Amino acid sequence: MKLDNDTLQAHIEQKAPQFVKNIELALDGTLTLETDRAQILDCLQFLRDDEGLQFHFLTSLCCVHYPDHAGREFGIVYLLHNWRSQTRLRVKIFFPADDPHVPSATALWPTANWMERQEYDFFGIIFTGHPDLKRILNVDDLDVFPMRKEYRLEDGTRTDKDDRFFGRTGNFDRRFD
Amino acid sequence: MVQSYFSQIDSLEGELATLNLGPTHPATHGIFQNVLKMDGERIVSAEPTIGYIHRAFEKLAEHRPYNQVTPITDRLNYCSSPINNIGWHLTVEKLAKIEVPKRAQYMRVIMMELARIADHLICNSVIGVDTGALTGFTYMFQERERIYELYEEVCGARLTTNIGRIGGMERDFSTVFHEKLRDFMKTFPARFEEFNNLLARNRIFMDRTIGVGPISAERAMAYGFTGPNLRAAGVDYDVRVMEPYSSYEDFDFLIPVGKDGDTYDRFVVRQEEIRQSLRIIEQAYSKLPEGPYYTDVPDYFLPPKDEVYTKMEALIYHFKIVMGEIPIPEGEVYQAVEGGNGELGFYLISDGGRQPYRLHFRRPCFIYYQAYPEMIKGSLLSDAILTMSSMNVIAGELDA
Repeated sequence: MKLDNDTLQAHIEQKAPQFVKNIELALDGTLTLETDRAQILDCLQFLRDDEGLQFHFLTSLCCVHYPDHAGREFGIVYLLHNWRSQTRLRVKIFFPADDPHVPSATALWPTANWMERQEYDFFGIIFTGHPDLKRILNVDDLDVFPMRKEYRLEDGTRTDKDDRFFGRTGNFDRRFD
Repeated sequence: MVQSYFSQIDSLEGELATLNLGPTHPATHGIFQNVLKMDGERIVSAEPTIGYIHRAFEKLAEHRPYNQVTPITDRLNYCSSPINNIGWHLTVEKLAKIEVPKRAQYMRVIMMELARIADHLICNSVIGVDTGALTGFTYMFQERERIYELYEEVCGARLTTNIGRIGGMERDFSTVFHEKLRDFMKTFPARFEEFNNLLARNRIFMDRTIGVGPISAERAMAYGFTGPNLRAAGVDYDVRVMEPYSSYEDFDFLIPVGKDGDTYDRFVVRQEEIRQSLRIIEQAYSKLPEGPYYTDVPDYFLPPKDEVYTKMEALIYHFKIVMGEIPIPEGEVYQAVEGGNGELGFYLISDGGRQPYRLHFRRPCFIYYQAYPEMIKGSLLSDAILTMSSMNVIAGELDA
């Protein structure tokens, strides 16, 4: 039986209004809960352990970079899943780029370990309390966090892909590389 | 002389040896490294290092129009690329709210289940190889070859298939495909059972695999296991049943589960899943609906090549799609499919632009491989090899 979104939303708002900063329905019909970074662990623990919710499975987590959103440049999205009622829920937090610290969820789910290392590797998010926060897919001595939007896909000094070679002129600030 | 030699040995007692398993080691079946601390033959601790074939797929996806992301997904789990491709098509279809005709859905199911069979065949026959039984592997690779020929008939490629299109399939099943599929369905089950007889009740194989690399259901779920590895531990979670996509709800099949989550259970669960996949293919093929194999969505569906060369509209749409000039709604979707290794998820954030704003791949391999050190702690080195091959760690999916 599927826990429908209205019941889910009412349940969260009634039992833990302190965690609800914003709640909305995404395009694919998944409820998305925004909460404060400071209480993200309490919020995740509540969602996992509450009798009526039981979001026991952390499907994945990922970071999103919005360079234009001042004060909310980085976001972490937790994809939660309740297998018993077949319900998914997304939890989001946003925080400024000059303070990229997020409490680690490894104490709640061991699987968060590599997921968080991956987001540290690509976005430079510091997960406080993580047992082994180091790069995972990139080489250890890389000095950038490549998934941040300011890093182009290819080296910006390359000239061999200049549009002039394709019979075009002008400075096309192409988002395609 | 003799005395000094023995005193040297005494001084080594109690010291742990460090062993580099990989990055290129024939038994790892892929490029990843494990630094093992060994006490004789026993593993005291393991430290996996991954990323050797990292190709920045998430970054690449942010710079490509939607239909050009499909070839990236090929290279995730390259043992079952059609599942990845179709998973991506389903994601975009969910975002753009495209309804795919029944025929295309059934065709996709047939291709995805063939891919699952190929994936499981590789994994299980490799477990045989790692226990010292090469024969089954050589015979099953012949069968995998026939599955690849089937891919070839649909999409022209074998390994990195780029199969299907956003909005349907690229072409209908050809007569050769029908012949080859019928032949495969007629002859494969018997040959597969022969392979099964080689290993499943083989005393040596059972002694080598039962109780090797076990994981409990609780630990498996805490580690984010999905797919056959989780089902071997006794949890019947399968995306095809939980959130049916592409008409999986139309078919009758069972979800096999194991009990102990050890290497033998993983092997048996995969074997049974192959039989269930055959059942699904049989049902889908016998009930294959008539009708078009794609939706009439010229904004998204890449037109057939012969029309591109002869018709103005097709050429224009081809150009627009390839350049990414297609209407894409703003929003977020998550689409999961049951890949060869578990829940393969696509979390897509669109800002309405011509390429994804952010695309996150939930790669089952990457997520469950972190349990490997815990699973092999205290076991023999030869058992650690078996545990790894039975977990079916695919380097492409691990490193993205």
